[in-house]
Amino acid sequence: MGNLVWIFVAAMVVNNFTLAYFLGLCPFMGVSGRVYTALRMGAANVFVLTVASVWAWILNTYVLPHAPYLRLISFILVIASAVQITEMVIKKLSPTLFRALGIYLPLITTNCAILGMAIFQTNRGYNFFEGIFFAWGAGAGLTLALVLMASIRQELEVADVPRIARGNAIVFLIAGILSMAFMGFAGLLS
Amino acid sequence: MPKKTTPGQDLRRGIWQENPVLVQMLGLCPALAVTNTVENSLAMGLATFFVLFCSSLLVSTFRRLIPQAVRIATYILIIATFVTVADMVLEAVVPEIHKALGAFIALIVVNCVILGRQEAFSSKNTVGRSLLDATGTGIGFVIALFLLGSIREILGYGSFLGIPLFGDSYEPWIIFILPPGGFLTIGFILLALNGWEQRKLQRTKTGTPPGGAVTREAA
Repeated sequence: MGNLVWIFVAAMVVNNFTLAYFLGLCPFMGVSGRVYTALRMGAANVFVLTVASVWAWILNTYVLPHAPYLRLISFILVIASAVQITEMVIKKLSPTLFRALGIYLPLITTNCAILGMAIFQTNRGYNFFEGIFFAWGAGAGLTLALVLMASIRQELEVADVPRIARGNAIVFLIAGILSMAFMGFAGLLS
Repeated sequence: MPKKTTPGQDLRRGIWQENPVLVQMLGLCPALAVTNTVENSLAMGLATFFVLFCSSLLVSTFRRLIPQAVRIATYILIIATFVTVADMVLEAVVPEIHKALGAFIALIVVNCVILGRQEAFSSKNTVGRSLLDATGTGIGFVIALFLLGSIREILGYGSFLGIPLFGDSYEPWIIFILPPGGFLTIGFILLALNGWEQRKLQRTKTGTPPGGAVTREAA
């Protein structure tokens, strides 16, 4: 059990997907305008990460030993289908949530965090439960980074940013400082 | 249909004016993750170039045969095939670089630059023009990665392509080869580009408000 908690914490803060591995930067730059959207986006990502992790484990155990070169192709197919299914289910169950997520839902397919998680899980040889906890930790880390960034950007709207730093430049500089703050967690791992 | 452009414009557009990383903010994950040395940046840039070129060739060749409803899935499959090829070639030819880049070679599949070019250009244009467009965008991507890699290696290691530049007394800025350095470097590059653009605007005194040139759509 301790091992599982450890995997979760390591994926969430020590090796935060967005701020330490640069995975999932597109939503990080695009959806971090408001805390509300950021939270919803994080939740959708956690769900897809979990599904992808389960499927990556199934493929790794039963299919890929026979055809290792299919790894990338099968992973991306599974992720695309998982996103499609999520989209259909949410649309059926809660049309309101579906509208709130909008374009960001299909874009999860090309979110590198999902494929990255599946590949890291494979490279590190995680078993079924380790994989699930890794996916949750990664999802929690993504959500944390998104919400932190969104909170700062909401404050930034009323701040007097120098003209040449407006737009993406200031967002990257803030991300750099956030990333520096997260490096403080690195000591946890040793 | 997009408005008519000359072949020269197809080629040049992606290099500077619509540079995928520095202007369109696409493909940021590889652009920041592996650019801590010039060597890694170039390997990543060239691998992406290869995948982009081959995917554009296939997609534009088969553009009339790919059904509209499953086009994204088809593009992703085509891209994933070429990434697998690139992955295996790099592993066989330059094992050290392949190890340094790690999972990020596989992650070329979800590089939005490649998918973006297929959807926006190759699926609607002839093979020749798609290849010009892919070449331009690829060169733009390599340039951006080279720029990031050079700045980070020179400041972070005090060397360029592994050759020491400043002698023993130089204290390397370790922060630039660590993750925060990636964010900071691209932040400073954007600052410089914005400043340059605003000076150009002021000099020409066009009617556009200065803010308009700075706020760019986040991808």
